Amino acid sequence: MCRIGAIKSKVPFHPSQALRLMLPQQEGHDNSGFAMVMQDLDGVFAGYKDKPLLSLACTAHGAKLAEEYMKAQNFVRDFEWVPKIDRRPGLDIKAMPLYMFRCYDYPEEYQNVSWQEKEELLLDTRLALRRLLEKDDQGYVFSFWPDVLTLKEIGDPSDIATYFRLWDDNGELMAKNVVTQCRQNTNYDIVRYAAHPFFIQGYTLCANGENTFYTKNTEYQRSLHRGYNGFESDSQNFLYTLHYVLHELKWPIKYFKHVITPLPFSEIEKRPDNKELTAIRQSLAHLEINGPNTIIAMLPDGRMMTCCDSKKLRPVVIGGDETTKAIASEVCGLNVVLPNRNPELDVYPNEREVVVITPELEVQRWKQ
Amino acid sequence: METIKTLDITFNDLNWKIEYSPERCTMCGSCVAVCSFQAIEAGVERHSKTVSTARQPEPVQQHKAVPVIKQVNGLANACVGCGMCEKVCPNRAIKPVRNENTRAGVLGRSGGTPIKRGGRNNLIKDNTLDKIVVGRISQMTDPSLDAERHTFDILAPFGRVLTPGELPFSTAGGELKLNSSTPPVNWIYPLIFSDMSVGALSTRAWEAICIATAYLNEKHNMPIRMCSGEGGMPVQLMKSEYLKYSIIQIASGHFGWNRIVKALPDMKVDPAGILIKIGQGAKPGDGGLLPAAKVAEHIQAIRGVPKADLLSPPNHQGLYSIEESVQKMHLSLNAAFKFRVPVAIKCSASATSVSVYNNLLRDPYKICGGNEVSLDHTGHPVVSKVRDCYQAAVKQGRQGQIPLWAGGGIGLTGNAAADAFKMICLGANGVFISKLLIQLCGCVGNEHGRCNACNTGKCPTGICSQDHRLVRRLDVDKAAQNIVEYMLAFDMELRKLMAPIGNSSLPVGRSDALVTTDKAMADKLSIQYAC
Repeated sequence: MCRIGAIKSKVPFHPSQALRLMLPQQEGHDNSGFAMVMQDLDGVFAGYKDKPLLSLACTAHGAKLAEEYMKAQNFVRDFEWVPKIDRRPGLDIKAMPLYMFRCYDYPEEYQNVSWQEKEELLLDTRLALRRLLEKDDQGYVFSFWPDVLTLKEIGDPSDIATYFRLWDDNGELMAKNVVTQCRQNTNYDIVRYAAHPFFIQGYTLCANGENTFYTKNTEYQRSLHRGYNGFESDSQNFLYTLHYVLHELKWPIKYFKHVITPLPFSEIEKRPDNKELTAIRQSLAHLEINGPNTIIAMLPDGRMMTCCDSKKLRPVVIGGDETTKAIASEVCGLNVVLPNRNPELDVYPNEREVVVITPELEVQRWKQ
Repeated sequence: METIKTLDITFNDLNWKIEYSPERCTMCGSCVAVCSFQAIEAGVERHSKTVSTARQPEPVQQHKAVPVIKQVNGLANACVGCGMCEKVCPNRAIKPVRNENTRAGVLGRSGGTPIKRGGRNNLIKDNTLDKIVVGRISQMTDPSLDAERHTFDILAPFGRVLTPGELPFSTAGGELKLNSSTPPVNWIYPLIFSDMSVGALSTRAWEAICIATAYLNEKHNMPIRMCSGEGGMPVQLMKSEYLKYSIIQIASGHFGWNRIVKALPDMKVDPAGILIKIGQGAKPGDGGLLPAAKVAEHIQAIRGVPKADLLSPPNHQGLYSIEESVQKMHLSLNAAFKFRVPVAIKCSASATSVSVYNNLLRDPYKICGGNEVSLDHTGHPVVSKVRDCYQAAVKQGRQGQIPLWAGGGIGLTGNAAADAFKMICLGANGVFISKLLIQLCGCVGNEHGRCNACNTGKCPTGICSQDHRLVRRLDVDKAAQNIVEYMLAFDMELRKLMAPIGNSSLPVGRSDALVTTDKAMADKLSIQYAC
């Protein structure tokens, strides 16, 4: 069982806030890991917002392989931040030997190309590094994208935070958006790539639940896009569908919900847009999800979105104040990070609802 | 004394022997009257009897001529084991018994003619679908649903579905707008009453299925569709509102199409679809052939044919490739109904079905939608073939574009909902049933050689005959009621199968929900092996 959470703020904050959001909910998750994606960075990364940032956990040999590959591709390293590790004994963490966060300059020949071409280059580079490091378990590449940092590790979340000194609010690691989860478990094997949130080309997503259409989603997504791979978790299906609908098909955001949890035919019939909704339902039938699920997504433009399965079998709540909003599976998380908010304004979206938090912290909600 | 030679055919050479108890028989004649095969007749035998007629017991043995019911010797009037005599006998004096020492298989080709039988497969002894079970049961964090309380979307597409990228959408103000028309797709119940033609079935049996179809649609809101079969349709039905529940079939014989085309201007509603039959499972057997015995006057009228054996040609004349058939037949049929009615293809489960399916998937016209894959020594089992087709689509990322409908053996053991559910998990969008329908109308045939006389025109239940006296045996209303009640139960059973795996819409391709205890089957179908 998972719990998921996200914080979005007008002022940069430290990842310890994300941990404070999640730890009160720990009865609901198994404390088997910690993962977060930070976007709109500040602190040491404030000056490198336009440079693609590689988030890497690896062995020494893996680091060498990655370095050689990046060099061969003409990426030039501009900045590196290595977390200062607290190696005190007794911490519950299955750490990799090295963690690196490196900002690069684009290769010379990509300096003046369109953003679309850069997007493809960044994806292909991440996929190539993943393939390279996968052999003999030499490392994990979680994201390679400007202004996005990903950290994932196996162990107890508060011990992982101690290990990476995430509790020390020293101003180095700061961001305006964090999406996070405290579980590293696929129900089967422990795989670092299986920890939410997942990331592709600026889209971040984590899910709480069980997608029972995993097999049919996966079989369809495999042939949709070269970037749809891994499938270590049934929640990756949500990310790839989000990316497909918004980035590939370029459909407006409201149609994502119509794809994953289409309305029953009897309801579609009564709507003025029934032709469009029917066409979507039949052409994207294999991207429909089923089972109990709640998702939190972060879009490239900084918007955050949350919605549930069609029966609302997993809870989620959104609350906040003028400067900070947070999304969490349980309200106890919000009570810790935002104790002074007005809880009467908290939003508990229903099974048909989509809630979006804009970069201006406006909370938009609509029914599908 | 009657002389018998060893080469004479007697009843102990036949598949069925009549077991008769003269002491229980009152010679009422019901059994002889009911036997449509004239396999039994009244006769006289000389029996040794002990009688006592005085006031005190004075038993005397006598030889007396006794009236009896006798089985007729000979192949032409062989008992088929239908059991009608047993059903009508008030005293349980008579019944057919399977003859395990039958020589019918050897003797049946006398006169140089092949053995003919009705459309049943009597070779495959075990049912593949019964070896598969739904192994995925939701629990704890992945809750099951309530079959009674939750709502379920039990509908399947019939028609060509475009890939998302091909949808003619434009975006304005955060809204998608469909700019032009797309190929017609009808969302219907995932079970179609299969194509049994007006010639194959009796008027009453056809009427019973029509009534059940209309009743399920209008009273129970179940969008069941019925496929006409190749032999055309009654004009009255084509001109009625009920045409919307029908899928009209066209096959290589084009039987009945003259009337269909002439009825076009008078059609008040569109049919639910057109099904072009390019192959059928029964074709290599005696299916696909309507014997002259069954070509009654009204069948001649509906089909526009003389009284003769009617055999659809093996191929569609003038069509030599799938591409050509797309161009000629699909386009013309689409155009005939102004591109409002989905046109689908039916092919037989065969070594070649996947290539047919691939050609349809890749057809550049995007106008064909729906594919149905459906014999003793010929034919191909349908389960793995549907799976093969689905996996061919998966390989190309085109699953769902041409919905797969599976027919052949669905409900063979009476559990159509479980069979349908498993086929859907393997990749079918829906299923066809046919034999089950005639069983609900009273057919007593089975896969063990019982009756199987659909081809003779002598159907003892009046289902597969055009003989007025036999047809009158079928109670149309009761037959329709049986079908309706079975379908209502089917619908509830389908919900009860969807509920425990936690799915509110059909789990098309959800092969992870299935397990089998047969390793070879697990490997072939790519489902989990369990023991």
